[in-house]
Amino acid sequence: MIPIKVLVPSGVLGLGFDLEALNNGVKNNPDIISIDGGSTDSGPYSLGSGKSKYSRAAIKAEWKSLMIAREKVNVPLVIGSCGTCGTNGMVDWMENITIELAEELNQKIKIAKLYCQQEKNFIKKKFQLSKIFPLNPAPMLNDQLIEEMTNIVALAGAEQIQECINTGAEIILAGRTTDTAIISALPLMKGADPGSSWHGAKVVECGALCSTNPTSGVVMVEFDKTGFTVEPMSKNAFCTSETVAAHMLYENADPYILHEPGGYMDVTYSNYYNIDKKKVRVEGAKWHSSKQYSVKLEGAKISGYQSSLLVLLRDKKYVENVKKWTDKLSKFLKKEINDRMDIDTSEYSLEFRHIGLNSTLGELEKNIRIPVEVGVLCLITSKNQISTEIAKLINPFLLHFPLSLNEELPTFAFPFSPVHSDRGCVYGFALNHILELDNPMDAFQIEISEV
Amino acid sequence: MLTLGEKVRKIRSKNAGPFWITIDIFCGNKKTYKEVCNKLKNSEIINLLMISEQQLKRFEIDDLNVIKFSFPRKIIQGDIFDRDMHGAQLAVLLSEMKF
Repeated sequence: MIPIKVLVPSGVLGLGFDLEALNNGVKNNPDIISIDGGSTDSGPYSLGSGKSKYSRAAIKAEWKSLMIAREKVNVPLVIGSCGTCGTNGMVDWMENITIELAEELNQKIKIAKLYCQQEKNFIKKKFQLSKIFPLNPAPMLNDQLIEEMTNIVALAGAEQIQECINTGAEIILAGRTTDTAIISALPLMKGADPGSSWHGAKVVECGALCSTNPTSGVVMVEFDKTGFTVEPMSKNAFCTSETVAAHMLYENADPYILHEPGGYMDVTYSNYYNIDKKKVRVEGAKWHSSKQYSVKLEGAKISGYQSSLLVLLRDKKYVENVKKWTDKLSKFLKKEINDRMDIDTSEYSLEFRHIGLNSTLGELEKNIRIPVEVGVLCLITSKNQISTEIAKLINPFLLHFPLSLNEELPTFAFPFSPVHSDRGCVYGFALNHILELDNPMDAFQIEISEV
Repeated sequence: MLTLGEKVRKIRSKNAGPFWITIDIFCGNKKTYKEVCNKLKNSEIINLLMISEQQLKRFEIDDLNVIKFSFPRKIIQGDIFDRDMHGAQLAVLLSEMKF
């Protein structure tokens, strides 16, 4: 069965890929097509709300190309972390899209769904049994925090994806999964070198980002008993030993070690060399199995309800004194909010950011100069949905607040009507923990359907 | 005096999950790499990023002529006080450092 070829169309479904390169990949007879569907990279909103970051239309258009490609080669098509966050609802959302497409394309397929979402009571029980451990750094876990979370998922690894492959499903829709497991699962099953299976998966998890032409998307990785070979499928993309090796640095705190369910891989002694202009061969990664099987947990909770206002200052005196102005204004507003609304400062946060001065880096900014204008972004986050009312109270003062008492009332620039924007519910990541399991499937469920 | 950004080929920063930031300095050649390895002190990075010494991990990757720094985020990604969801603008601080 070895070698095993895995076709990776792009770093994530929704980002786009080169169709010609996808066709080249199909012509090279892959044994499986694997694509990631999610990440925490865009922040906690997706997991908190259980919604996809990308539009349904973009997902459907790209998934259609992949379902057509899959039918041509008749191999499994796997997506991990459906709908960005990989909740059960997002697996079902992806199934809904798949069913629509199967009807449009007149395809008859067997689907395996891997559910990775965790019940709060299950997590509470595991926490009480000391089966949940914090990584560094991690929020302090307790029953109340578990209760506050809107969604909790466990990251599936190769074992759970292999269970799905073993069902004989043509399409596998997985909930939250490590980026690499959807790629390493098949080569590991078929006896490829374990260290290289994980290393190769890590190299191509962002598609053609390991090549000279990242936006072309499509790459093929071939695994065998001693290593792997990676090749971009676009005619305008090339892999070099440097582009491939450099990918271990990307989004990785440690450039040599990658933790996965069931162990970790170490690439300290890996060798990278070009076979030809396009292909790179890699050998030498080591896999270390852990005694205790564990999976990583992700969770998000509601941080509050947020409203924002933006005001533009062009008057030189105010631009030069903007920090002093917002400090005075903030103090004044907190008193007004307390007097008029009877809301204590512990119930909300009020923050001013100075766009043009240091709104990107905050206190770390070293290079503050006086600009021609400043945007003042006012952010109100409250425990309940009162942030809108607070924003409305702030509105006239943001427009007219004077620096000194004996001056004519200033009027600044509001770019919008209404001035405030309700950002609704905002979320925060609440877990950076691992969950120990006796059996890899203990926190996961598979459902099969046919269309 | 050159800045670090002018000296090396590229500096990038990025989230490594919601709880960590990682910064990669691609020196471009062995000579620059050796020079930056020798001259760039952890204490400068700690001051620049306002983090403690224990939080900073430093890696020198000879094969790639890369120096890498990783450290836990002071503010978790996407927290209401987070200003840069992807942490990618932090690289500018190192780029503008006098070297």
